[in-house]
Amino acid sequence: MITEELVDLSRLQFAVTALYHFLFVPLTIGLAVMLVVMELTYVITNRPVYKDMVRFWGKLFGINFALGVTTGITMEFQFGTNWAYYSHYVGDIFGAPLAIEGLMAFFLESTFIGLFFFGWDRLNKWQHFMVTVLMALGSNLSALWILIANGWMQNPVGSEFSFITMRMEMTDFWAVVFNPVAQAKFVHTVSAGYVTASLFVLGISSYYLLKGRDLEFARRSFRVAAGFGFASVLSVIVLGDESGYTVGEAQQTKMAAIEAMWETEPAPASFTVFAIPNEAEMRNDYALHIPYVMGLIGTRSLTKELPGIKEIKAKNHERILSGIHAVTALEALRKNRDDAAALALFEQHKADLGFGLLLKKYTVDVSQATPAMIQQAVDDTIPDVTPLFWSFRIMVALGFAFLALFSLALFYSIKGNFIEKKWLLRWALWFIPLPWVAAELGWVVAEYGRQPWTIYGVLPTHLSVSNLSVGNVYASLAGFVIFYTVLLVIEVYLMQKYARLGPASLGTGRYFGETRHGETAAVKPAHA
Amino acid sequence: MDYETLKLVWWLLVGALLVGFAIMDGHDMGVGTLLPFVAKTDLERRVLLNTVAPHWEGNQVWFVTAGGAIFAAWPLVYATAFSGFYWAMMAALWALFFRPVGFTYRSKVHNPTWRSAWDWGLFIGGAVPPVIFGVAFGNLLLGVPFSFNDYLMSTYTGSFWDLLNPFSLLVGVVSLAMITTQGANYLMMRTEGDIYRRVRNASALASVVTLAGFAAAGVWVATAIPGYLITSAIDANALPDPLAKTVVVQAGAWMANYERWPLTIAVPALAFAGLLASLLFSRMKQAGLAFWSSSVASAGIIGTAGVSLFPFIMPSSTDPRSSLTVYDAVSSHFTLGLMLAATVIFLPLIVVYTSWCYKVMWGKVTTEFVAANDKSVY
Repeated sequence: MITEELVDLSRLQFAVTALYHFLFVPLTIGLAVMLVVMELTYVITNRPVYKDMVRFWGKLFGINFALGVTTGITMEFQFGTNWAYYSHYVGDIFGAPLAIEGLMAFFLESTFIGLFFFGWDRLNKWQHFMVTVLMALGSNLSALWILIANGWMQNPVGSEFSFITMRMEMTDFWAVVFNPVAQAKFVHTVSAGYVTASLFVLGISSYYLLKGRDLEFARRSFRVAAGFGFASVLSVIVLGDESGYTVGEAQQTKMAAIEAMWETEPAPASFTVFAIPNEAEMRNDYALHIPYVMGLIGTRSLTKELPGIKEIKAKNHERILSGIHAVTALEALRKNRDDAAALALFEQHKADLGFGLLLKKYTVDVSQATPAMIQQAVDDTIPDVTPLFWSFRIMVALGFAFLALFSLALFYSIKGNFIEKKWLLRWALWFIPLPWVAAELGWVVAEYGRQPWTIYGVLPTHLSVSNLSVGNVYASLAGFVIFYTVLLVIEVYLMQKYARLGPASLGTGRYFGETRHGETAAVKPAHA
Repeated sequence: MDYETLKLVWWLLVGALLVGFAIMDGHDMGVGTLLPFVAKTDLERRVLLNTVAPHWEGNQVWFVTAGGAIFAAWPLVYATAFSGFYWAMMAALWALFFRPVGFTYRSKVHNPTWRSAWDWGLFIGGAVPPVIFGVAFGNLLLGVPFSFNDYLMSTYTGSFWDLLNPFSLLVGVVSLAMITTQGANYLMMRTEGDIYRRVRNASALASVVTLAGFAAAGVWVATAIPGYLITSAIDANALPDPLAKTVVVQAGAWMANYERWPLTIAVPALAFAGLLASLLFSRMKQAGLAFWSSSVASAGIIGTAGVSLFPFIMPSSTDPRSSLTVYDAVSSHFTLGLMLAATVIFLPLIVVYTSWCYKVMWGKVTTEFVAANDKSVY
């Protein structure tokens, strides 16, 4: 029996495990690429300090990667364990990018990560560099395929429903791959990962500089992070996720909710900097607007109109009424495939099937839905405005704060006197956790903003869950929380232990806190 | 390629991925299972860990990819099995948690309690998943209590404890022993001295247990476990709809394929031959040949389950017509074709670069090596 409690718990478990997984993903994606940059510098310049940089930041990369893998398997399992109907209904499309991710990307990344760590003495430096490149390529391709799958949930292209198999089926693979929502998400998410990794390296390097230790190592790391981070943060902001927001209704609904835009505004719409959204009366209290900006962000044009919430709801009302016919006809066809009248009715309304299914939350027999139920279903089609409104604004504000930090870090890197700018180093150090906050909020906007659907317009969330008892999901959720809390404590302990230890953890004898011993004396820096 | 052929090819491919998993991730799990028993000191345990250190991560992707392929090629199986076997899946998942963190974190702290705790974690991560997957296979042969409604929404009516019946536990033991044999044979290739002597004995013991358990399970299936039979006409090219067929439970039905296609006897024969060869070669100190023999045995054992069940993948004990088969639990013609293309392109590449990585890292791992590279190895 599918109850609202079961649906909420399943969502909570997925949200908790996905947000937790994403604590590790951005650093993996970004650090892998930074390691490539550092190692390229090493193979070109031959300076051992760059090799040490690859190895030391690689160590921290490894500590992070372990939990990324651990928590990633959870995500794959969970589609089957807790979202069984989802898996059946869209597996034909959604499963493919996940499987290709395994074959094309995850295998590559995971196979070469072993050689990255353990192959130093068995490969020449160019070979090792290629290994690092392939590892970074794997982790970024992995993000691509996962976001293609996720993008399809937001904007389900290249597929159609079959009443015989009772599911969505793929009709155009390239449409799924080149889904504009997926592509925009990929660029945005991967760039956000680069920013996360840059700030991580920048902040920890600043810590060494503030302590006055490992100066050469920290200075070079700081410079790489400042340059890479500046480019990445520009990419995050300019190629933001919202560039995909003109496409597909899910994104328009999300945009309206993010903006608390109740009425359709004449183009170009203004951007609401601050407001207290009043959801009951569908208006904003105390709103502060900047003219034109929203229209520009959302449509990249001055003339295209963005629909407001009230207009979207009116349209969804029509679609739900049409969807009722689709559901009734589908149920007749499931009993008798040759029912010609039902088939004709179904063909006429099948585009609105998903909207009809929204009523399943309130009644088994959709044809008997009351006007009150229909109104509830219409109201459901707009996600809660307040959490989206604020999540989005905090994320954007953080993005601009990162831009400021990286601009200054790059400026003083070029000038060469950043070591004296203690305020900048402190700023970088204290900012280390914030890219994670921005990334998590980004996911809240993207996925909470997709509600009440798992696949926008196709499959409502409340139909997607596995038919489990509530007790089972409570227990597994508790298990995840306990496991994940313990693992996080251990990870953070090791991460700060090794970050504090610094490059001395490599045992080369060249770094702060180490005593020189015979073994390392032979390996003198070539250009010290 | 027509739909029927693709459906059969995907049955073979899922089988191949599971065999790949058993051979590759299997030997890592075998190392984890053996860890507390064949390695006494911290240094010895680190030797074991470092034989798989550069490879286990890549090998684990066989598991992830097999899961992804089942999702893409057999979505109904993925949905029904994972949600039905909810607690078994959670237990396997939570056991797998111990591996990445265990491998990576264990030697990063010099504290005997910390290290020994992770060693047991690695043991759990190595031993528990094979047992669970074996138990799951056992239950497939017995039939699983689920049914579909008109929307093809599955309802599972069993409990976790029902899965732990004597037959399925026996299959779980076979699975664990098979993986342990694989791990021991791998370790014979990569270790020397005391560890080598211990794993050589472990290999013999594990292959004998696998052999005996596999034979016992075979007799059990042949004599006491009724199989399933499709009684309606099969249109292998039809659009998949599990509810369109009729199925009966019939004694001896799991042996029917061996009578119908006598050549399929080769599959269980391969399992027996592989295990005997593994035993023989490990006694002859031919570690490489022993490893390939136990790999063949893994293929034979998994293949035997597949051939016996064919065309079933997941028979339903409560509503036999809801049973999932290679013909009606599959993705669309288009997706099966697409996924075949992806597999044909990438699987050979994976085999090539994985082999290269083993080639680069090949050789005996010794206690001296670990001690000398204290800060850079596991």
